[in-house]
Amino acid sequence: MAKTPTLSSSVLRVALVGNPNTGKTTLFNRLTGARQKIGNYPGVTVEKKSGTWECGGRRVELVDLPGAYSLAASSPDERVSFDFLTGHLAGEPAPDAVICVVDASNLVRNLFLASQIADLGLPLVIALNMSDAAEKAGIRVDAQLLSRHLGVPVVRTVATKGEGIDALEKAVNRAVDERACMAQVPWPEAVGRAVSYLRDGLEKEGVRPLADGELRRVVFDRQSAVLERAGIPPGFDPAPLLSASRDILTAAGIQPLSAEALLRYEHIGHLTAGTIEFPEKRKRSWTERIDAVLTHRVWGLVIFVAMMFVVFQSIYTWAGPFMGWIEEAVASVQSLVAPLLDNWPVLQSLVIDGVIGGVGGVVVFLPQILILFFFVSLLEDTGYMARGAFLMDKMFGWCGLNGKSFVPMLSSYACAIPGVLATRTIEDPRARLTTILVSPLMSCSARLPVYVLMIGAFIEPSYGAGVAGFTLFAMHFVGLAVAVPVAWALNKFVLGTRPQPFLLEMPPYRAPRFRDILWRMWERAREFLVRAGTVIVAMTIIIWALVYFPRPESVREKIEASAVAGSPAQTDRRVDAAYIEQSYLARAGRLVQPLFAPAGFDWKITVGVLASFPAREVIIATLGTIYGIGSDVDEESGDLRTTLASDRWTEGPRAGQPVFNVPVALAIMVFFALCLQCGATVAVMAKESNWGWALFAFAYMTLLAWAGAVLTYQVGTRFLAS
Amino acid sequence: MNGAACSLSALRIGERGRVRPGSPDHPAFQRLLAIGLLPGTSVQVVQVAPLGDPVEIEFNGMRLSLRKADAAAVEVDRAD
Repeated sequence: MAKTPTLSSSVLRVALVGNPNTGKTTLFNRLTGARQKIGNYPGVTVEKKSGTWECGGRRVELVDLPGAYSLAASSPDERVSFDFLTGHLAGEPAPDAVICVVDASNLVRNLFLASQIADLGLPLVIALNMSDAAEKAGIRVDAQLLSRHLGVPVVRTVATKGEGIDALEKAVNRAVDERACMAQVPWPEAVGRAVSYLRDGLEKEGVRPLADGELRRVVFDRQSAVLERAGIPPGFDPAPLLSASRDILTAAGIQPLSAEALLRYEHIGHLTAGTIEFPEKRKRSWTERIDAVLTHRVWGLVIFVAMMFVVFQSIYTWAGPFMGWIEEAVASVQSLVAPLLDNWPVLQSLVIDGVIGGVGGVVVFLPQILILFFFVSLLEDTGYMARGAFLMDKMFGWCGLNGKSFVPMLSSYACAIPGVLATRTIEDPRARLTTILVSPLMSCSARLPVYVLMIGAFIEPSYGAGVAGFTLFAMHFVGLAVAVPVAWALNKFVLGTRPQPFLLEMPPYRAPRFRDILWRMWERAREFLVRAGTVIVAMTIIIWALVYFPRPESVREKIEASAVAGSPAQTDRRVDAAYIEQSYLARAGRLVQPLFAPAGFDWKITVGVLASFPAREVIIATLGTIYGIGSDVDEESGDLRTTLASDRWTEGPRAGQPVFNVPVALAIMVFFALCLQCGATVAVMAKESNWGWALFAFAYMTLLAWAGAVLTYQVGTRFLAS
Repeated sequence: MNGAACSLSALRIGERGRVRPGSPDHPAFQRLLAIGLLPGTSVQVVQVAPLGDPVEIEFNGMRLSLRKADAAAVEVDRAD
């Protein structure tokens, strides 16, 4: 790779790579501080984190690549890393240097990745991180000797304490200036022949020329994405060429699929010889002692359940008061601003209900997100998350999820938004996507008011408190019961890729650092506000318009003219009811009502259901408005219950019969339990996967909710005569 | 003293084994090699999850949780 040396004045690009659990992210935060940018790589849903770093007088754009054990591009994360390092990612030139963060306690295994980077001909610096923990365990690494053996700077760092940062700056500058590359594996002559054979074969077919390092990846990796990316001409099947080049290795007595690991580890063994000193007698570590309890078959589970209970309680209960305050604050801003706009009713409604209401609807999720990410960071930073995943994996693994799906799914019982954000902790992209797609099925707290209203008005009067309590309990299980087969079916029929081996390192337990935890909470909250918040506000405004318009003046005049008796307040409520009846949304409701007839819904319920698509909790207020008893009702409201119970069909085959009965109430609850009526969740899902998957989830859940409601109503009317 | 060859997934809690060259056809084969589970490595089963799967193993000072289906990719000589 011929390249002109970079001038000290221009911005250098440096990539940060390393195995998981090496403190790479802590180092990244140390180096870049608050000067970070988070986004996605174009076309893939792998997170891109970059930041600026003042590195010894030079400005560096530091890119934090996903943690990986190997560059074999078998997962999207690894593929992005490999493409980034080779300069094949659209709009991303290859980096000027790479910092490989290694865990000083596990030097040999960590150098495997460094050795793969050496193959790409990139200047390299080794950050010998967590050196303090290694030294405490009696492991000493001679950094100077190691540096001489490897041919690149090796710097002792302790990222959590900021040790070694100055030395790292010097080392990066030196590596760039001297183009210091790590010693490559002396590949056996047969590897060279296999690579040349492959290169000639590909050239003949017109495939874009590949570097030797890339060609070796093609030969060594079972399924390399390198060829695919290089562009295979139509009609050319590279498989025979590839197997012929692997035959060259086999003939030389080298097993192609294990060749890389064996040769690299052999080489690393030579390079590290005499540089690592192990303790004479290994002590039983704290981690082992703690693990004996925390992963124990009985105690481990008991402690896990207790911890998850605390996490769940915290987002379900503790966030409540904060959310209440935010709602009050939003309401007082609304009542402050409203009088200013009294002369412009349309603008008033847009600002009050659309803009301020929309922003309030975003901000109100912050307490739950902050609290959940406090716990998620705590669980991750201490190393407990891996233990939880270990305990839970069997329960979730068989249907395509994995042990780490537990926290997102549990969190989704409070709210799917923090739940979906928490899927970031799942490394396996397929399990992550599946978890994102089924998390909104968990019965979130916004569904509770619907259950309370329906059970209080129709189940409890007919069957008593016992059945009412059981119904409430059962409603919380409907989503989970559906989620498991859905996850299984998604994996089997939709995603259809091979399951990834689930290898999870159990890192040593570490004391969490409060600063890092606060940082993670802030990072997630900021990202939610900026990335999802904007979409949520936009959606709120669109829905506001659908409910507000067309609003002809004649509606008010007609009601005021026919005003029988009644206070001005009652008239206002009737006008509101009439306006909503006239709105575009209600027109749509009447139009689609026949679709919901098999579920027993009349047009009013249908409008309520449609109005609830942006946010399901508005159903109560919407029903209040539609039934003309005001929008400030709540689910415990006696007025609303009596009004619903006395509502009768005015036309059609059931004219004169009550609209609401037990099967209808059950059908409504099942619909709400299964439907993705939350614009904020859809927006977050889109940001965490892509819009295609978010809309897919919306579609499948709507369909499921409809089918569930129809089934409930049809079965209910047969068996529950009411 | 070397015992009989068996799969890593067949070892019980506390048992050790020495890794034998595995079968390249297994999907987890290359990943396990990359993290250093090479032939000749001494490996111990530290814990088994409450529902019998996955298992936690230790080798070269690293603790790793892996499913029995993936552990089956590794052949070991059971050590006493």
